[in-house]
Amino acid sequence: MKRRTFLKGSLAAGVTGATVGGSLLAPNMAFAEDADTAKVTDPFAATSMDDALKALGIKAEDSDKVTVVAPDLAENAAVVPVEVKTSIEGAEDIFVFISNNPTVYSAKFKLSESVDPAVKCRFKVGKTGDVIAVVKAGDKYYTNKKAVKVTKGGCGG
Amino acid sequence: MAKKFKTRLKAKLKDGKVNIKAIVSHPMETGHRKDKKTGEKIPAHYINEVIVSANDKTLLTADWSGSVSKNPYLSFNYAGKSGDKIKLSWKDNQGNTGEAEKTVK
Repeated sequence: MKRRTFLKGSLAAGVTGATVGGSLLAPNMAFAEDADTAKVTDPFAATSMDDALKALGIKAEDSDKVTVVAPDLAENAAVVPVEVKTSIEGAEDIFVFISNNPTVYSAKFKLSESVDPAVKCRFKVGKTGDVIAVVKAGDKYYTNKKAVKVTKGGCGG
Repeated sequence: MAKKFKTRLKAKLKDGKVNIKAIVSHPMETGHRKDKKTGEKIPAHYINEVIVSANDKTLLTADWSGSVSKNPYLSFNYAGKSGDKIKLSWKDNQGNTGEAEKTVK
């Protein structure tokens, strides 16, 4: 008799255990799905320029008023000094993309009114490609780019 | 842990503008790099949020990815005055934080 109740008990426990396991699994699976769609929704995970712009909802037009200052030839690809400045009034956000990095979206700077629209920072540039800056002013986006050449070993051109 | 990531901040008044320069000692791992000995991927470890404020008013917020260089550097100017209290705080993707404070001379 005792054995029977024990069996019943363990069976019940097994069932609840399974359901608990199931409910634990469910959010994990949901998370995995999120990660799949994150390719489009998370700009930091975007691997191409188009995806990153789409994820951020940016439609930018080329503008001479945005300036990207970076070396033509990177001496050290792991530390490339980049300055982004703009003469556009009311610049709110500055985005930096590096076109040939595994994840292109590199940085976003949100500026308050008193800050000059010019930011200096250093980036890793994996391969020869463009450093692209996008400036948001009002509802519009302006973009410009600068090609940076990366050589292995850091010599020659 | 706090001492591992040193945050350095400079604030200097020049021609009516305050120049802010900051460097944080941080590895800024992208998560793409492999350990040469074991061949295993080094987990991503980078600063993803930086907030700079003056007198408790936010000046600049930066969202970063692993593409920012090791020991990241940041510099910008803002219209400020002597005596402004500058505060920089950052967070990384592994939950570490750091901050530095400076008064504009």
